[in-house]
Amino acid sequence: MTNWIDVGKLEDIPKLGARVVKTEEGDVAVFRTADDEVFALRDRCPHKQGPLSQGIVHGRRVTCPLHNWVIELESGEAVAPDKGCAGVYSVKIEAEKVLLGLKGN
Amino acid sequence: MKEKLVLIGNGMAGVRTLEELLKIAPDKYDITVFGAEPFGNYNRILLSPVLCGEKTIDDIMLNDLQWYEDNHITLYAGKWVTEINRARRTVSTSDGIVVPYDRLLLATGSNPFIIPVPGKDLQGVVSFRDIHDVDAMLKAAGEGKRAVVIGGGLLGLEAANGLKLQGMDVTVVHLLDTLMERQLDKPAADLLKGALEARGLNFLMEAQTEAILGGERVTGVRFKDGLEIPADLVVMAVGIRPNTALAEQAGLYCERGVVVNDTMQTYDPRIYAVGECVQHRGATYGLVAPLFEMAKVCANHLAHLGYSRYEGSVISTKLKVTGIDLFSAGDFHGDETTEDIVIKDAAQGVYKKLVLKDNRIQGAVLYGDTIDGSWYFQLMREGTNVSDFRDQLLFGQGHLGDSGHSGENAASAMSDDMEVCGCNGVCKGDVVNAITQKGLFTLEDVRAHTKASSSCGSCTGLVEQILMSTLGNDYSETPAKKPLCKCTDYTHEEVRHTIREHHLTSIKAVMEYMEWRNSDGCHVCRPALNYYLISTWPGEARDDYQSRFINERVHANIQKDGTYSVVPRMWGGLTNPAELRAIADVVDKYAIPTVKVTGGQRIDLLGVKKEDLPGVWGDLNKAGMVSGHAYGKSLRTVKTCVGSEWCRFGTQASMGMGVELEKITWGSWTPHKFKMAVSGCPRNCAEATIKDFGVVAVDSGWELHVGGNGGVKVRATDLLCKVKSGDEVKEYCGAFLQLYREEGHYLERTAPWIERVGLSYVKEKIVEDEACRKALYARFLESQQYVQQDPWAERAGQGVDQHEFIPLKEVG
Repeated sequence: MTNWIDVGKLEDIPKLGARVVKTEEGDVAVFRTADDEVFALRDRCPHKQGPLSQGIVHGRRVTCPLHNWVIELESGEAVAPDKGCAGVYSVKIEAEKVLLGLKGN
Repeated sequence: MKEKLVLIGNGMAGVRTLEELLKIAPDKYDITVFGAEPFGNYNRILLSPVLCGEKTIDDIMLNDLQWYEDNHITLYAGKWVTEINRARRTVSTSDGIVVPYDRLLLATGSNPFIIPVPGKDLQGVVSFRDIHDVDAMLKAAGEGKRAVVIGGGLLGLEAANGLKLQGMDVTVVHLLDTLMERQLDKPAADLLKGALEARGLNFLMEAQTEAILGGERVTGVRFKDGLEIPADLVVMAVGIRPNTALAEQAGLYCERGVVVNDTMQTYDPRIYAVGECVQHRGATYGLVAPLFEMAKVCANHLAHLGYSRYEGSVISTKLKVTGIDLFSAGDFHGDETTEDIVIKDAAQGVYKKLVLKDNRIQGAVLYGDTIDGSWYFQLMREGTNVSDFRDQLLFGQGHLGDSGHSGENAASAMSDDMEVCGCNGVCKGDVVNAITQKGLFTLEDVRAHTKASSSCGSCTGLVEQILMSTLGNDYSETPAKKPLCKCTDYTHEEVRHTIREHHLTSIKAVMEYMEWRNSDGCHVCRPALNYYLISTWPGEARDDYQSRFINERVHANIQKDGTYSVVPRMWGGLTNPAELRAIADVVDKYAIPTVKVTGGQRIDLLGVKKEDLPGVWGDLNKAGMVSGHAYGKSLRTVKTCVGSEWCRFGTQASMGMGVELEKITWGSWTPHKFKMAVSGCPRNCAEATIKDFGVVAVDSGWELHVGGNGGVKVRATDLLCKVKSGDEVKEYCGAFLQLYREEGHYLERTAPWIERVGLSYVKEKIVEDEACRKALYARFLESQQYVQQDPWAERAGQGVDQHEFIPLKEVG
């Protein structure tokens, strides 16, 4: 069962940027696109575990700050020809709050 | 309803056009493809390795049948289109299939030229053009059997080499006395002939074929002088002719090829043509690189974008025979108006010749050592004036500047397990496999797939050479005009120019005005645009932090584990007890694991947690220290030696000068990092001659040096000029920085920038034109007003960008 957690307001995340939510499962990066869509990924690049939250966000993608792998925000998959998946979390906006779906206990 | 697009010719040019079209307009057309061969699209370039037995047909498939299915393309493989009805807009095949079109694309390729001699139709006489020919050759091949290859050009030699490797006894027959006379001059051709003879090929030069002998099957060849030689197989490789039959039947205007305009349209604007069948501005092409350029333009037009034009290709040549390195381009014969530069070392098997006219490269022939082929080719296409480095030109790009990492210079001599890219651990075999198995044609492709040359770039020449030796002729050169990134077709220069001319002050405005393909760009263009904007319109353009790389966004260097390093500025490399105590205290307080002295005469604190950064900065600020910008594309350090203040050899006060220069220049953003040094005498203990701007004191004043760097490829500086006073040092320094800031491409250091524009140009602007220098310096000082605020103090004390340093939330 998904455990929806209020992690803050949309305005707390910069447009074309990301913020980190620290959880027991590790850091989760919550991204905001130019169109105010939000996505959440595990904050570890599948390549060398770079913190994706620190990358440059463009379209529905983020570029890892360590070695420029490009990761799809929707699926967590690396853009071809690179291969690997960061792992996605569900996230939604309700009543101006950003709700992050954690796996629960 | 979708429009209907029909492609006739299922080869590389046509299918490449479809690929380009699907990239930009995937749903525009219902696509039907007719191909005479019963296969998908294969890589014709790699027929040679198939003949050599190095590869199979499956290895060289580019688009298998599944690809057509996946892209909803109807493929008629093994069907001959016999008629185009332009009035009804239909095409029909010999067995009665009729398909209507809205737009039609002809990519019918070329036919081998068969010399009209008796016996040309005998069994065992083949050309070297498609899978069918290769099959025929492989069937005829066999230990001890004899092959005669007519034609000592590129294709003929590749065929001969392949047949030799199949165990045949091979004789190459050539009409002239020079092999590959269209690509090589006599000395290079003689070296090539010698090398091929050493491999066991026989040559019959200046021989004119009179008849091919035999009853049903070929048995021999007779020449004009009466000589007869026995043959079990004859390969005709004397050239190709554009295949215009279908176009002519349809009444389209043809000369040697189907005549097209710059948007690849024939005289009937609904009908396009690409590839070897076309004639464009009087030229026909038989290599793949131009076909790819045509494909891009044609797709652009088919997608109704219509902003791209084909303006012809400058081509270079490379022989695809394993172990032989050979390159040629342009007019390598020259005439009375040109000059040659030549090196010949026959014992080493090396020959290089460059033809220059007015200090610009007109043509090149390289044999044995071709590592610099792509560099010469680039200089040639860009028409670069080489007078500044003409004396070094023939020794290659690795030789420019002083020393450096010139790398291996014979890709063909490398074994598959030798490392090509030291940054990413990529071996030659990895690169070759990626090229052949994934069907790669460009440096960019190879970078994406293997990572070779994608980090520091020092092995770029080697990777290009492997590309060339694997693909031979058909290596698709990096285009002359390099787009800034994949989001646009415009170059760095065009973007900068437009920002200035049209007074664009935001990234959004640039992207809209210049019709960016992706609405918020990518990680390549956004930092570049941000830099161009803030350097062109200081104080006016807003610095967009979300478009900056993380290091510049949080004013510290990200490390492999996600922690950061902190380097406070130490003016001119000088420090004092208070600063050192503050550093020691901050290291204790925040349990910073590593403290290191840098090469730039400062102290680096490594392993700082992101959330501790503002605290660390606050403590350093209290001791009077500010950001050292060690993380930025910006002014880094000014390294000094002790100079006349202490040194018994010192001629000037180098420490004082270093501190002054750093006070003027700190905080400025530059296209790439910018380092300086000041030495107090010609012993140059501050190593000023490998800095972007280096000052060396002499008894009578100061020498100013520019364009040096350490690192990947060491480049010693060029001497800009000598000045008398300290004020002049500052003015020249600021003016040089500003010229680089205004004209350097983003991520281009001063060394490649100077090599691109030429030292003479820099001297002209800074040394010879006093008014220009003063104006540059004034613009530099003006822009400095806006940036000389310590970014650390803003974040430690004034709460700027707090969101960067604290988590959004902690759960559990």
